[in-house]
Amino acid sequence: MTVAKLIFAVLVLASLCLPAHAVRPDEILADPQLEARAREISSELRCYVCQNQSIDDSDADLARDLRILVRERILAGDTDEAVTDYIVQRYGEFVLLKPRFGYHTALLWGAPLLILVAGSIGLFMMRRREAATTALLSEEEERKLQAILRDS
Amino acid sequence: MIEAGHFALVLALALALVQSTVPIVGSRINDARMMAVAAPVALVSFALIALAFLALTWAYVTSDFSVVNVWENSHSQKPMLFKITGTWGNHEGSMLLWVLILALFSALVAVFGRNLPDQLKATVLAVQGWIAAAFLLFILVTSNPFARLVPAPFEGQDLNPILQDVGLAVHPPLLYLGYVGFSVSFSFAVAALIEKRIDAAWARWVRPWTLAAWIFLTGGIAMGSYWAYYELGWGGFWFWDPVENASFMPWLSGTALLHSALVMEKRSALKIWTVLLAILTFSLSLLGTFLVRSGVLTSVHAFATDPTRGVFILGILTLLVGGALALFAWRAHALTAGGIFQPISREGSLVLNNLFLTTATATVLIGTLYPLLMEALTGDKISVGAPFFNLTFGSLMVPLLIAVPFGPLLAWKRGDLYAAAQRLAWALGGAILVALLIMLFVDRTMLFAALSIGLAAWLMLGAATDLVLRSGVGSQPWSVVRRRLWGLPRSAKGTALAHFGLGVTVVGIVATVAFQTERIVIMKPGDTIDFAGRQLRFERVEPFAGPNYTEDQARFTLISGNRDVGTLVAAKRLYTARQMPTTEAGILTRGFSQAYVALGDPSGDGSWVVRAWWKPMVTLIWLGPCLMMAGGLLSISDRRLRVGAPARRRSQPVPAAAE
Repeated sequence: MTVAKLIFAVLVLASLCLPAHAVRPDEILADPQLEARAREISSELRCYVCQNQSIDDSDADLARDLRILVRERILAGDTDEAVTDYIVQRYGEFVLLKPRFGYHTALLWGAPLLILVAGSIGLFMMRRREAATTALLSEEEERKLQAILRDS
Repeated sequence: MIEAGHFALVLALALALVQSTVPIVGSRINDARMMAVAAPVALVSFALIALAFLALTWAYVTSDFSVVNVWENSHSQKPMLFKITGTWGNHEGSMLLWVLILALFSALVAVFGRNLPDQLKATVLAVQGWIAAAFLLFILVTSNPFARLVPAPFEGQDLNPILQDVGLAVHPPLLYLGYVGFSVSFSFAVAALIEKRIDAAWARWVRPWTLAAWIFLTGGIAMGSYWAYYELGWGGFWFWDPVENASFMPWLSGTALLHSALVMEKRSALKIWTVLLAILTFSLSLLGTFLVRSGVLTSVHAFATDPTRGVFILGILTLLVGGALALFAWRAHALTAGGIFQPISREGSLVLNNLFLTTATATVLIGTLYPLLMEALTGDKISVGAPFFNLTFGSLMVPLLIAVPFGPLLAWKRGDLYAAAQRLAWALGGAILVALLIMLFVDRTMLFAALSIGLAAWLMLGAATDLVLRSGVGSQPWSVVRRRLWGLPRSAKGTALAHFGLGVTVVGIVATVAFQTERIVIMKPGDTIDFAGRQLRFERVEPFAGPNYTEDQARFTLISGNRDVGTLVAAKRLYTARQMPTTEAGILTRGFSQAYVALGDPSGDGSWVVRAWWKPMVTLIWLGPCLMMAGGLLSISDRRLRVGAPARRRSQPVPAAAE
């Protein structure tokens, strides 16, 4: 629902996070390939002061600083991982919109697969139980069936 | 008028308490008079809440700033439309809209439920009464929209500018009609558990209500997405924001419910699961209301400092959801399991659909709540955002989307996968062809995008397969085909249309994400830039004054093949009352694609920062949901879905036009 999102974006975080125009022309790197890498990395980093916005989307000053930092590291020859590590070291894991896999996020990352597997096993068990119980008639039903057959 | 509204709301609470007790006691002791109380009480409740809502709306229309809520969210200079929509553009008003729609659904059950067995109807309305009583109490205790302000100020503080848009007129009402509409399925499920009885007729009653709620929710989400797209000014259409997820989760589980209710209606199978899903779907709606309305999303600490509202809704949530689930645990075994089926069958395919949709719902749920729980439990802060959801949710959707076309082609009980695959061969061929064409003619480096669009083509062609085969396209003369198509059950056509719409949405999303072109440049009036094989000329900037804002309008011309094809007007707007700037995007639609221009800051020498996008096929993202809604409407209009419809036809012979 976007109403409340809009309210958040503007009311609560007012001047900080007006979203339009995140990346400004003076930030863009001359080399389009490096720039593409910078955009890719920025879209996975969270703006610290905003509600659920990447630094690529956010207009906040802090986001701009981070975008420039990302580009500086790229120009300095860092790999994508090194750039991200550098930012995480300074600002904490909170800035990662896609949290790293670890003990603290095992449940988060494992959940989809876990639920899918558990659901499949549950379905399989249910099917076996159903097949076991419904395939056969109970004694009483057997008697009724015989009675019906006799009568007709 | 305001006090009358307030009083009506208090009366409605009293009636809701009657509605939640008398009929259900009546149904337990089999007292027809007590059960008969439900329907008229539901109708009068609705009338009272409507009166309260109108009273508040009237205060907005007449700019009565002696009402705190109006003073906080309105302004005398605001255009009339936004005065009216401002009624629900705030916490108190939107909660009032919430209960209004809840009461509307209760009233609809009371009116259209004539064919329901008395006991079931009484119990369903009583459960609706519990929900209504809880939320009316919530409004009166914590969020009174009718509070007065003395002395009355001369001028209001104006509505948040971003909400001053037609979107606010359409999006929240649609969304709530969907959200709250699921309360009917919930009430039916709880009633079934209380009565310990559930059968195919039950599913037949529940399905149209679920479908109606689903249609509204689909429209609400799509509309909200388009609103954010054009209003927020950076052309995103889905952000995986917790608030969006809050509306998306009921949609996902509601979609699952729609499909499992089908199995229950046709084959009497999956009863217990359908009941559970009906409870879970509305629980997710309630959870969404809690997440959005309690402030818990901004941060756990904000919630802790002013917890009144949050704790109240959490209480309602715990009581209703916990109660329903406890009842389920206690009574579910009393609902006998029904028809058996082979894994490869229509039922089997619908079970697969439910497995994936439920897993997807759970993934979104866990992703949304994980950071909150983690912070509450350990104090550590992590973020779960779009990249996480795109990866996990996306991976879950691929197998589901591959499976969709098979479903309608499999027979009930025992299907033939090989035969279905044979009939889908042309769709597969078509999908591969589409993917190849995209690789060859659009972009050779985008293998993944080409495959995804191939998948979408597979969905669309697969959805058409059922209709094509059943109507005999290719093997029969056109007149026969047309007659057969006309004669096909509407629910079959609805299914095909909705699945086709899903494919359309996938095309839109993939094309926009993968193939959009972006330019961020500094431009002066008169400058021209190239983008996406077209040119964009910056014509001029001129000031403009609206009713409650001033703006700088920048005019651009889109040039394609040396020909002017249209004008885009982007603006930087300043709402004077709140001194708040907004960005108005300039959008030009060409076919299914759009050019999108947003204006940045001026740099003093007459030049502006300009962000321009070419978004190919972007409108398909919202056209798809429109098709899904049309499919739902077609399906809901199927006479076979309506209990007692044949009886009505006998008494009221207007078949030709109605069919």
